[in-house]
Amino acid sequence: MTEPTGRTPRELRRYPWQVRDSGELLLMVAAGVWLVAAVAQTAAEGLRDPRIAIAFGALIAFGELLRLNLPGDRETAPIGFAGALAYALLIRVGTHLVQYSAEQVVTVAAIGMIIGALPHLAVGRPARVSGMATRLLCVACVAYIFRPLAGNSAVEKHWGLAVTLMTALTVLALLLEAVLTALLRVDEQRAMFRVALVDEMRVQLPLGAAVGASALLIAFAAEVMGLAALAVFTAPLLVTQVAFRRYAGIRTTYLQTVRALAKVTEIGGYVEAGHSERVSRLAVAIGRELGIHEPELLELEYAALMHDIGQLSLHDPIPGGATVLVSRQDQQRIAELGADVIQQAQVLDSVAEIVRRQNEPYRDPGAASGHGGYTEPSGPPPGPPLSSRIIKTANAFDDLVGSSLDPGRAEAAVQRLRLDTASEHDPATVEALSRVVSRRSVIQM
Amino acid sequence: MGKLSRAALIYIGAVVATAVVLVARGPFTGLRWQYVVFLGILVIVSESRATQLRKGQLSWSSSSAAMLASVVLVGPVGAAIVGACTALGVRRGPSILQRVFNTAMYALSAYLAGRVFLAFGGHVGLPDEKSFPVIIAPFAAAALVLVAANHGLLSGVLWLTRPRDRMSSGASGSPGVGVGLSARLLLSDLGYAAYGLLMAALWSVVGFFAPLLVLIPLFVARWAVAQFAEQQKAYEATVGALCQAVETKDFYTRGHSDRVSRGSVMIAREIGMRGERVEAIRYAGMLHDVGKLGVPTRVLQKTGKLTEEEYDAIQLHPMRGLDIVREIGFLDEALDGIMHHHERIDGRGYPMGLAGHEIPEFARVLAVADAFDSMTSTRSYRGARPVSEAIEELRKWSGTQFDPAFVDAFVAALKRHGWHLPEPPVIGADDLAPVTAQDHDDPGAPIRVIDSL
Repeated sequence: MTEPTGRTPRELRRYPWQVRDSGELLLMVAAGVWLVAAVAQTAAEGLRDPRIAIAFGALIAFGELLRLNLPGDRETAPIGFAGALAYALLIRVGTHLVQYSAEQVVTVAAIGMIIGALPHLAVGRPARVSGMATRLLCVACVAYIFRPLAGNSAVEKHWGLAVTLMTALTVLALLLEAVLTALLRVDEQRAMFRVALVDEMRVQLPLGAAVGASALLIAFAAEVMGLAALAVFTAPLLVTQVAFRRYAGIRTTYLQTVRALAKVTEIGGYVEAGHSERVSRLAVAIGRELGIHEPELLELEYAALMHDIGQLSLHDPIPGGATVLVSRQDQQRIAELGADVIQQAQVLDSVAEIVRRQNEPYRDPGAASGHGGYTEPSGPPPGPPLSSRIIKTANAFDDLVGSSLDPGRAEAAVQRLRLDTASEHDPATVEALSRVVSRRSVIQM
Repeated sequence: MGKLSRAALIYIGAVVATAVVLVARGPFTGLRWQYVVFLGILVIVSESRATQLRKGQLSWSSSSAAMLASVVLVGPVGAAIVGACTALGVRRGPSILQRVFNTAMYALSAYLAGRVFLAFGGHVGLPDEKSFPVIIAPFAAAALVLVAANHGLLSGVLWLTRPRDRMSSGASGSPGVGVGLSARLLLSDLGYAAYGLLMAALWSVVGFFAPLLVLIPLFVARWAVAQFAEQQKAYEATVGALCQAVETKDFYTRGHSDRVSRGSVMIAREIGMRGERVEAIRYAGMLHDVGKLGVPTRVLQKTGKLTEEEYDAIQLHPMRGLDIVREIGFLDEALDGIMHHHERIDGRGYPMGLAGHEIPEFARVLAVADAFDSMTSTRSYRGARPVSEAIEELRKWSGTQFDPAFVDAFVAALKRHGWHLPEPPVIGADDLAPVTAQDHDDPGAPIRVIDSL
């Protein structure tokens, strides 16, 4: 096991057999132990209602096969999750009262997930065991609470009670999933838990609502339609999933395109190779360290990637592209030109603002006039936005260190930036940078 | 819809009259009004949250699920009334005539679906455990008819009111887009139709709670569709802005990428390319020259003959472009197009010297649009040439430099849609942009290379 990294998962793609974070390991051990116990119990008691078990197992496997990547490198399996929750919440199929145990729910869900994951492994995609373990734990919680109640006559007779109970349990399962996923991300990306949880809920809320509603739908519909409910319900959730996939796809393409086009400054010889990419990675790591939420983190990433785009408008490239070496006036001009380019898109106004103010000193009343008007009669003018301050620090660091991986050189660069925290760099961003850099050196050694 | 032709008015009149007659005929006996009212409210809610697909033209709502539920629960006449509730949807945009037509269209399609449901042996009323799975076949038939009738009637009115003699201005009004859009919509409509059956079936278990449960996934799907549309718009705007940034390097070629992109799309539509590929070629057109940034400014600005080395630098620009955009996950075809857009049919192009059909289709399309725009825009060494002259030039090189099929397609498309000529550049307005002395895209003035060796 190695020290968890502060870098984004894109940069260091980890496969289960390479490195594993402690939280992830803990989660999987918990799910594994539970699973073994459940399988043993089910084997001892024998499978009840095998036809229903097979139908739901098949649905879960199918859902797991059709996994979905949501923005921010999140993998979910909405159809599989909904199927497993529905299996945990089932009371009747037709007029037949089902009577299987919570252990059987865990067993069937796990087998379905594993079968659905096999094709992914076969084509060389990572198995993403942690996601499966999370889903399994959520399903297990619901099953262990609801299965003993399902045989209760009060729940059987009063649909109002059943509906309330099932809805509450579904919400609980979704919340648990958000909390577990957020904990994993805290471990993996060094994000703050509060921030990660809010981000997780924001991203998962729409799809989670659809998953929860669908789970309830199947569980109820099975009473009328029997197992046909599974087939009828899968079609619409598939459509929803296709809509989400297209949405996530365009988000990815968007980021790839900005990343690719940011490279034109490098090919044009304006900027040292890899500069924008490195600055953006560093900026995102610093932003995460400072507890920036995901939507703003994405804006920060865009701004960092395009922070030098204004150089394209220059007649002659700056030697080596190091913007710290040119006069403040020129730096400001490049920032303005870049911001103008980004502003053209009309949808990235806040990104343009970040780029425009990337050179402003952290605390200096005089510099505010540099970006054209807006002076306040009393009190210091508001400083540049946090994202601009982060890019300023990350950019300066990269200009000093470049692609070098020497920890000594990085440490010296941080020291030099520390000296500038009186007015130039925000002390908070420099300290965050220092933490990111020191973690990075630990990994390399 | 501005002024409508007589055919369109007759068509709308016929649809409305049929719907009114069918609903008025009844029978209304035994109609369970409480279902009609509840489902009608559902339709109104869905309709009020409709997604706009094309500005002022087409929008999409999830009301078909409620209509199909009413087919099962209250039969054809009830379904028609539920369908007619679309009239009450609170939505800005549609004119009175559009509203009237929509109402009649939904009522008519719901009625037809109801009839088909009965014809296939479906029973009107609350389904119970004995109804399954026999109910699925009539329900599927009803769903198919509802969606087909809906799309058929809508296509009819769109076709009759399609804009004519319009200058080419992006997506609006071109039949290719309409067809592609409908195919995708048709499929998703069918997917959502299943919710109608769920709604009807669940009614006996959880009562009025059923539609609420069913609506959540529907609204989530709608949300995702809207997010996709928004992201795509943002994406296009961003690519456009970044391409412009690249072009600021060369004063005379401003707007070139955008026009090449438009020209390529015109050709692609003319030869009937699939919607997805048209999208890809649009981006390919926008990005085809990004590699030019790798060519030193000094070479681009040189007025005299170029040395072999300098010419090599120019010949490398498609490869450099490819290096930049390689990581963008769109169709590989677009990458091929960018890489080979300077190949010639006779095999004398660069960078690989491919000939004939060895050259990827995208590249052959881009080459025509690229050369045409170069000829019709102003260059430092000559003024813009008129469209007719540029067409003649294209024809002249057709078969040696360009693929004749695409030249013909482009000429046909130009005749139909016209062409927006670029504004002549104003010299001196901007001291930042350098000036190119020769244009590598211009077939009339090939780059002069010093014959060494």
